[in-house]
Order: sequence, then structure tokens, then C-alpha cells
Amino acid sequence: MAKKKKSVKKTVDKSQTGTLRVKSGLAEMLKGGVIMDVTTPEQARIAEDAGAVAVMALERVPSDIRKEGGVARMADPEIIEAIQKTVSIPVMAKARIGHFAEAQLLEAMKVDYIDESEVLTPADEHFHIDKWQFTVPFVCGARDLGEALRRIGEGAALIRTKGEAGSGDIVEAVRHMRTVQGAITRLTRLPEEELMTEAKNLGAPYDLVRWVAENGKLPVPNFAAGGIATPADASLMMQLGAESVFVGSGIFKSDDPPARGKAIVMAVTNYKNPKLLAKVSRGLKKAMKGLDTSKMDEKDKLQGRGW
Amino acid sequence: MKKIGVLALQGDFELHIKMLETMGAPACEVRTPADLRTVGGLIIPGGETTTMDRLLRFSGLDKAVSRRFRNGTLPVYGTCMGMILTAREIEEYPELFCFGFIDMKVARNAYGRQVDSFEADVKMKLGNGANGKPFNAVFIRAPQVVELGAGVEVYARHNSLPILMSQGNCLAGSFHPELTDDSRVHKFFIDNFVEA
Repeated sequence: MAKKKKSVKKTVDKSQTGTLRVKSGLAEMLKGGVIMDVTTPEQARIAEDAGAVAVMALERVPSDIRKEGGVARMADPEIIEAIQKTVSIPVMAKARIGHFAEAQLLEAMKVDYIDESEVLTPADEHFHIDKWQFTVPFVCGARDLGEALRRIGEGAALIRTKGEAGSGDIVEAVRHMRTVQGAITRLTRLPEEELMTEAKNLGAPYDLVRWVAENGKLPVPNFAAGGIATPADASLMMQLGAESVFVGSGIFKSDDPPARGKAIVMAVTNYKNPKLLAKVSRGLKKAMKGLDTSKMDEKDKLQGRGW
Repeated sequence: MKKIGVLALQGDFELHIKMLETMGAPACEVRTPADLRTVGGLIIPGGETTTMDRLLRFSGLDKAVSRRFRNGTLPVYGTCMGMILTAREIEEYPELFCFGFIDMKVARNAYGRQVDSFEADVKMKLGNGANGKPFNAVFIRAPQVVELGAGVEVYARHNSLPILMSQGNCLAGSFHPELTDDSRVHKFFIDNFVEA
């Protein structure tokens, strides 16, 4: 009896879930793609048909959260489940910053990625979620390299710019992407003995600072988010070094979501081909109206959330 | 040495190119039928099958790749989504495009959702002394073979399911060697399919 048991064990290969390789592996597969915010199964279907690589399930898109105010929380599990049943692409969902119980719930529902997001009302004023405790991978927003490396230090497997969600104004996402890329370039040129002080100044873990200095890139994929509304916006972010784009309000707050969604997908794949971009950008009807972020009050900006 | 193209419409094409470059093999991105004309082999990376369905048809690469494969001038290696595309049929999704280079039927996301993605050590029979130490195979929302034709050769299995197989000029696998530093499968593709 004991002998038989042993031989069975031997034929089953030992496998591991939730390793960093497996977590950031999914982000690698999403590269060169568009992740679209959706609030209903119908929108999820439109997003998948348009060629989205994943959808982000949430209760309200950022521009509505901005308009309506109130506490923005994780989406209703019923909505998330309906979306999971509707599409075959990965389904992501947002949890509030520091709200590890929301994250536990989302993991139990088997969402494919959790966005610990500044778009929702933060649940903790000092601490983010300890993302190493989870099998499900996390994406987090960052405005600069220090913030990106703090999130990676906490276990994030994917970084995105914060931009200014729900604004339809690309300027903040551009600032954040340039800031991160500039800081990476700077690190690669610093002599070894300056790295510890640089880690102190960035507020980032020393080992990760060293890794970035040696490799000239983040140790996990780097996507763009926050303010993307047109195919040209998507191309701009890709050319600045983003490896994929998240589009929030930009698609379902425009006048023709299926056409705009498809055009942004084409723009991300063909971001180096302006002729084709001109072709896919035609006749899309109106983009979302948007808000000029330079006229926005600091207190109304979502990007300051997170520590 | 022939140049190897990596289909770069969407997915983890960069890591395949990096792997080829590390091996000293000439490599380039393939985004258009014109790019395809310059290569002597093609790797189809991991990515999202529904997205790729739209992008392949839009770019005209669906027909261009098929034509060159059928006239025998384009060996193909597909990983994960790439393996799905090489199949004859996709379970539950008959409307999605696939090339039909290998006589098999595959099921998408067959291990479950992302929390069920995993890595495991597997043994391979690749010949050329590449057997020996186990291969760290990474499965990300991976597909499974549900029907396999008699003419398909299998090189590796995980829990008895075929995970690396070939037929004619096409190699396919459900896992991602490009997420590791182990270039044995890429070398096998180059030696036995591209430069054979």
C-alpha cells in the first residue's frame, strides 16, 4: 500500500502557483495591448470584440466617480462574476489602496489581476497591501521611480503610470512616464558608490535600485494609464516607453465605443506607423469631453493618493 | 544563418527576440506581410487569442503566414497562444482564427484562471543531448490539447498531457521557455526546423 502511494506521488510533477515569474508572466502576455475599463457584461463584450487584451471590471468609470463623488469601492462581486462569464480574456478588478480584505475577496473570485488603485477612495492612509501574501498578481500606479519601486518591493508584478484618471487629459501620464524613464536612465549612469544615497532619495529599496541601475529598466512590465482618450494618445504613450495601455473613461464615455476601442487597439499595435494611425483615427465621432488638469484643484486630483 | 521573425502584433514577442539574440541568432519583429518576407522562420508568442484574431485578419498576416507555411518556406514555433493558433480547431471558439498546421484540437485557458497559472519542472525528449536536466516550464492561463492526430510527435508531457509537439514544419508548446533563461527549446527549433 505504502509503496503504491509513493509511486503515484512520483509521477505527479511538483508545480508552484503565484511565483513572481508566473505573476509578471501574465503581464508579459498582455504587452502591446489595450486593457479597457468596463462596468457591465455588455461593455465587456464590446471591449473583447474590439480586441482588448483584458478588461477592468468596476462599478463606475473614473470620470463618473469624479462627477458623482462619494466613496468609490471595489465593484459588486455580482457584476464581476457576470463579466467573467461573458468574456474569455483576463478580467481585472480594482481594490482600494490598503484594503487587503477587498483584495482577498477578489482573489477568492479568481479575478486575473488586482489593481490597487488610487481611482478608488483609499482605505489606509499609511500602508499599501502586502501583495506578496497573494497568489493573484497586482498592478499599481506610480508617478515616479521611487513610487514604482516601493510598489514592486511590496510585491506588485506590473506598474502603470497614474496619469490623471477620468480627465481625458494625457499630460499627467506623459509626465509620469517621462519621470520614471528619466530616473531609470539617470540610475544607469550613476557610479556604484552613489546608489545607496540615491535609494534614500528615491525612498526605494536598495536592491531594486541596484537592479534597475544594472538592467536599465523596471524589473516588471511598465504600462500607461490615466487620461488616454484617442488612438494618438495611445501611440504617444507607447513611443514614450509604455508596453501596453489602460483606457478608462476614454472608450465608454466617447460617442462610439466599439469604433474607438478598435481604433485604440490598432494604434497600440501599429504605434510606429503614423499613416495607418491616420487611417484608423478617422470618423470616430466625439472623444470624451475631458477636463484640463492644469485648471484642476490639487485636492481634486486622484494621483496624489498612495504613499 | 536564417533570420527568425517573431510575430509582434501583440504579446510577449520581446522576450522571444531577447532569447534569440542571447543565442546569437538573427531575429526581428514581424508586424506586416512585408516583414514576413525577410525571415526564414517564425515564432508566434503568447498573447490573447481574441485580440490576435482581429489583428491577424487586419494585417493580412493570416493569409501571408499560411501561404509561406504551406509552400514549405516557413517553419513555425508557437508558444501558448501561438500553440492555439497552430491547431486545427479551438474548443468552444469555432469562430476564432487558427492556422491548422498541427492536427490537434485545443482548449483555451484549460488549467483555469490566472491564480491557477503555475511553473513546474518537466522532462523533455529533444535529442542532441538536450534531455538530461529537467526544463522549468511556465504555464500562464495555458491551453491544453484535447485531441491529437496520429501524425503528431510529442516531446514532453506534464501530468500525462502533451505540452510540446510537432507535425511537419511546425513546433508548438503550451508553456513559455522565453520567460526563463533556458534556450533548449529555441535551439531545438532552430536546429531541427529552421536550419534542418
